Amino acid sequence: MDLAKNKRPSPQEESEPLFPSLYNFFSAITALTLFTGRYFKSVLLPPFEFNELVRQSFLIGYKSFPLVGITGFIMGLVLTIQSRPTLAEFGAESWLPAMVAVSIIREIGPVITALICAGKVGSGIGAELASMRVTEQIDAMEVSGINPFKYIVVTRILACTLMLPILVVFSDVIALLGSFLAVNINGDVTFTLYFSQVIDSLAFSDVFPAFVKTFFFGFAIGLIGCFKGYYTDKGTEGVGLAANSAVVLSSLLIFIMDMIAVQITDLLY
Amino acid sequence: MDKNSSNSNVIEKPGKDEPALQIVNIHKSFKHNSILKGLNITLGRGENLVVLGKSGTGKSVTIKCIVGLIIPDEGNITVLGKNILRLKDKELNELRKKIGFLFQSAALYDSMTVRENLNFPLRTNKSLSEDEKEELVREALENVGLLDAIDKMPSELSGGMRKRVGLARTLILKPQIMLYDEPTNGLDPITSKEIGNLINDVKEKYHTSSIIITHDIACAKIIADRIIVLKDGVCLTEGTYEELENSDNLEVRAYFE
Ligand SMILES: Nc1ncnc2c1ncn2[C@@H]1O[C@H](COP(=O)(O)OP(=O)(O)O)[C@@H](O)[C@H]1O
Ligand SMILES: [Mg+2]
Repeated sequence: MDLAKNKRPSPQEESEPLFPSLYNFFSAITALTLFTGRYFKSVLLPPFEFNELVRQSFLIGYKSFPLVGITGFIMGLVLTIQSRPTLAEFGAESWLPAMVAVSIIREIGPVITALICAGKVGSGIGAELASMRVTEQIDAMEVSGINPFKYIVVTRILACTLMLPILVVFSDVIALLGSFLAVNINGDVTFTLYFSQVIDSLAFSDVFPAFVKTFFFGFAIGLIGCFKGYYTDKGTEGVGLAANSAVVLSSLLIFIMDMIAVQITDLLY
Repeated sequence: MDKNSSNSNVIEKPGKDEPALQIVNIHKSFKHNSILKGLNITLGRGENLVVLGKSGTGKSVTIKCIVGLIIPDEGNITVLGKNILRLKDKELNELRKKIGFLFQSAALYDSMTVRENLNFPLRTNKSLSEDEKEELVREALENVGLLDAIDKMPSELSGGMRKRVGLARTLILKPQIMLYDEPTNGLDPITSKEIGNLINDVKEKYHTSSIIITHDIACAKIIADRIIVLKDGVCLTEGTYEELENSDNLEVRAYFE
């Protein structure tokens, strides 16, 4: 029974690790890093699955507009109504448009939209890929000579990365409209006046970093959804697990990335 | 359907009397769970080889090794004269196009229609025009008697229809070797028999060499040129249907009762 050969499990797998959960954590990090590396390698090398990319962008981006629009609208409306009393206390009610605009553009728009998409898109990708794995569709692609990583994973991650910024911009605009409506509940402000106040209050350093980080948020949603779905191994039960952990992990990652982005922006401006 | 007559045209290409596929002494374990322990299988050209064995003996693992979905820990696999464990990705993909694999669950792509499913293996083939591809798709569906399902989604198909569409999808590349993983699993006896006949038709029409994993002894009777029985990761015995049916080994005979 001499099995000492190439594909033999590594020594770590043979003996029980000292701290199993710590070990699992680091092996998951390693696997995710390798997965990310494979993505960047595949995304740059032909053949490119352009049609599938367009189809995924449609499914991921276009189909999320209603949800993102509604949440954006409510966000702007509620934020304005909630902030009014505090500003009124200081007699600074005229600052309302500026304050709301800055908080929506810099922080709330990107983060809330990304979290909504993590819930809608991330879980969808996780479940879809997991069920493709369980029903052997991924294996079937591979044996018919087509690279499933390129066709399934790369297109989805890329579509998420490209679509999330568009969704965030859309959500920001709708949120500002909601805010305009809320300002008008108590006083009369014209549309032009409101938006000139908003635009005056926004500097390049507000808009640009906020826009850049949305690409990373989109990437994180696609990456985690695909990672969890692609490597599921618990049969049908794994489908639910993959969807669930895709949402949890990508939401967490969005907050962590946001924190890092804030630190970097602080240093730069 | 007469086994002797089909044996007479075993050699499809003169001068190539090597086996279509040869598995030599493969071992595979998952974690501490040792599944294959030195398995040998030889598949002759134009032969229908049925593999019997209890659930979990590693039948699916074996045929997944053949197409490189699972890498064995030890041993050699030669397919159409090439050692598949030594191939580069590109060569492996070329070889895979000569092997048809019918998955246990048929593995149809849920998000695509039947037509798109069948078109999928052809998508990298630049030498075919759209019309020629459509022609191939129709031909493949006609072969399995499902031409009118061409615009349906997989979710609208019954179990037997899914298996047949899966078969059509693998046949579209005109493979030289077919691997069937429990093709009649979960089907009624009549549909099973139809699938059995279909497997024989495929062999006649495309001169394929096939490995068929099945528990369905009625189906095995129709299609088998030779049967092997797996147990504990090795080959327990082999022979024709008649030989194994009258075997002294009770364990082997149990499959035929
Ligand atoms: N990818 C895998 N990882 C871990 N264990 C596996 C894997 N594939 C198969 N196994 C195990 O190998 C054994 C044999 O599986 P399989 O070949 O599917 O059996 P069957 O003979 O019924 O087709 C099972 O116990 C299964 O749990
Ligand atoms: Mg099996």
